[in-house]
Amino acid sequence: MYLRLNSDELAIQDIFRSFFESECSVERVRASQHAGFDTGAWERLIETGAPGMCLPEQIGGGGAPLTTGAIVADLVGEFVAPLPFIEHLVASRLLASLAPDHDLIPALISGEKIVSLALQPTEDDHAKLVPAGAIADAVVALKGNDLVLTSEENTASLLRNTADLPLAHQMLNGAETIASGDAAMESFSRARSEWQALMAVALTGLGRKAVDIGVSYAKERYQFGVLIGSFQGLQHGFASSITGVEGSHFLSNRAITALENNSDLGEKLAGMAFLFASEASLNASAASLQYHGGYGFAEEYDIQLYYRRAKGWPLQLGDPGVEYQRIANLCLPSRKVA
Amino acid sequence: MDWSFPPEAEEFRTEVQAFINEHLTDDVISSTHEGTIHNWDFHKKIADRGWLGGAVPSELGGGGKSALEMAVMVEELQLAGAPIDGMGVAIVVASVVLELGNDHLKETIVPKLLSGETLVSFGYTEPDSGSDVAAAQTRAVKDGDEWVINGQKMWTTMAHIADYVLLLTRTNTEVPKHKGLTFFIVPLETPGIEIQPVHTMGTERSNATFYDDVRIGDEWRIGDIDGGWEIMKAALKYERGIAGGQFPSPPLIDAFIDHAQTTERPDGSSIIDDPVVRERLVRALIDVEVCRGFAYNTAFLASEGVMFGVEGSMTKLFASESYKKHSKWFIDMAGTEGLLYLGEDEAPVGGLLDEHFRHAPVTTIYGGTSEITRNLIAEGLLGLPRTR
Repeated sequence: MYLRLNSDELAIQDIFRSFFESECSVERVRASQHAGFDTGAWERLIETGAPGMCLPEQIGGGGAPLTTGAIVADLVGEFVAPLPFIEHLVASRLLASLAPDHDLIPALISGEKIVSLALQPTEDDHAKLVPAGAIADAVVALKGNDLVLTSEENTASLLRNTADLPLAHQMLNGAETIASGDAAMESFSRARSEWQALMAVALTGLGRKAVDIGVSYAKERYQFGVLIGSFQGLQHGFASSITGVEGSHFLSNRAITALENNSDLGEKLAGMAFLFASEASLNASAASLQYHGGYGFAEEYDIQLYYRRAKGWPLQLGDPGVEYQRIANLCLPSRKVA
Repeated sequence: MDWSFPPEAEEFRTEVQAFINEHLTDDVISSTHEGTIHNWDFHKKIADRGWLGGAVPSELGGGGKSALEMAVMVEELQLAGAPIDGMGVAIVVASVVLELGNDHLKETIVPKLLSGETLVSFGYTEPDSGSDVAAAQTRAVKDGDEWVINGQKMWTTMAHIADYVLLLTRTNTEVPKHKGLTFFIVPLETPGIEIQPVHTMGTERSNATFYDDVRIGDEWRIGDIDGGWEIMKAALKYERGIAGGQFPSPPLIDAFIDHAQTTERPDGSSIIDDPVVRERLVRALIDVEVCRGFAYNTAFLASEGVMFGVEGSMTKLFASESYKKHSKWFIDMAGTEGLLYLGEDEAPVGGLLDEHFRHAPVTTIYGGTSEITRNLIAEGLLGLPRTR
């Protein structure tokens, strides 16, 4: 048992922290909020090898485990980075697991082309509100019992949204079928779990930073002649927030480890971590925003960026109520007839 | 991160599970429903396995169970709903005495504690000092070779079945409150001690204890005169990971699932099929997994020899607050029958829903209220100013 990053992982974290500090400063995040994507930052990310880091070495990937991807995902959350790192990682692993010889693979490994996955059920020839759908070069979607890939030139237009995400509908006519039946369903289910677990990690990083922003403000702001951070009303809210975020940290990393080890618990823990992280990060962001008083509501202050993303990032998967029912079906026993 | 326990800890888990299957009978569990949260037979069986002594750190002469083995044991016993308060007390007091006690205490108390024959009640809290424990006013005054003790303690739980009380007293009123405290381990049969029951909403029995010119020899003192705060810190140190409190909800969730699976609503639908019930059960199961992450983190820190503080506070806060929430949900979802008391034939799962609902509020109070715990997290982890 070892529940901290090891020395190699700490070194990786240092490298990527420097990357995000220089390429995803809050000014850059704000500058790219209409596109939902920072092209320059992605180009620099390509230089780090991150887009293909978690793909198998045999096909030219970095061969890193999902736990390494999680180190980057945590920073994506902390910096609310406008980069489709998680979608690209998950969708390219999915494609590589089913079609390792596909022509597109080398460009996905390098990051020269971006692939995403449709998380909403598809309708006819339509995948709705695809994460990174406005900027991706290719999209993987589950269409009936088929897993399809569309890599036509992307003409989809961004739909403006709560979290400045590059959401767009994608047409699937002309998409090629990559796999069908059980193989398609199982691989997609696995990819969906990976997305959930990595998103849970990212939301944890987001939540931790949201608490940090609020606490820093509370250590500077005076009212009634004292620092507002001295008020127990705020202290207790921050304490509850960080407790939720830390709980989310351990659960999401346990889910990542379970997926990496192909444990039977992987799917369940990924779903649980995702649901818990969604609430913990929103609670943390909402509390920090509240403690800013009126400034928290002002566009100029950064906490609103976190509050909006804490809601928007996980909602790309759809109503969490539906996800609770899916997890219930995974863990709860059925009725016993008397 | 490596979330796996070493093989010896997993083997020990299997051993503990087998022990639970054999010895944690319905009779043992129901015996605690009579108010006393301790079962001597079960406690003695744990002691007979050598697990109390095993939990005492090896550098103090204990049996050298590793921190991860202890974590596994405490997890399994909690998941099964075993009464382990006495176990925690025995391990903590034996460890403190072995580290800081004199030879008299080591010889008189430790063997009996670790063989499961005696218990020590904690005498910290007073009518006017709960969270502010260092404000204790129970006086100990030196008189020749003896000490004379006068005062009152609250929540001396298990004092009516224990032989000793670990008593926090004031020996100096001229110094800041933390610096004028002295601890004694007082035999409860000493003349001048009176034990009165305090019955709780949770149907447990605790006690108030009164000390009226209680005279004891200096050999019963533990730690330095006015050095009581060091004993308090040592007790807290050894309590970590042993005292439980990380998994209060699983016995309740298991009981409710059993009920929901087998019970129909008046309209003929099954409770377990209700989407609202299912969402709440998943939420509760997620909370348990979060508790597991916290508990494994503190076990990991203990295994690395790290003294942790705020990590334990977060575990305690999250586990007790979520348990209180669950106890409220599950009594609701059993309907009006959920109100029925232990022993009523129609009570769902034998009245456990009512019992958990009554018991849960104490868990966010004892061992540090949620409010004090949030203060500690705000100060210790977030660096916000101390306000007390």
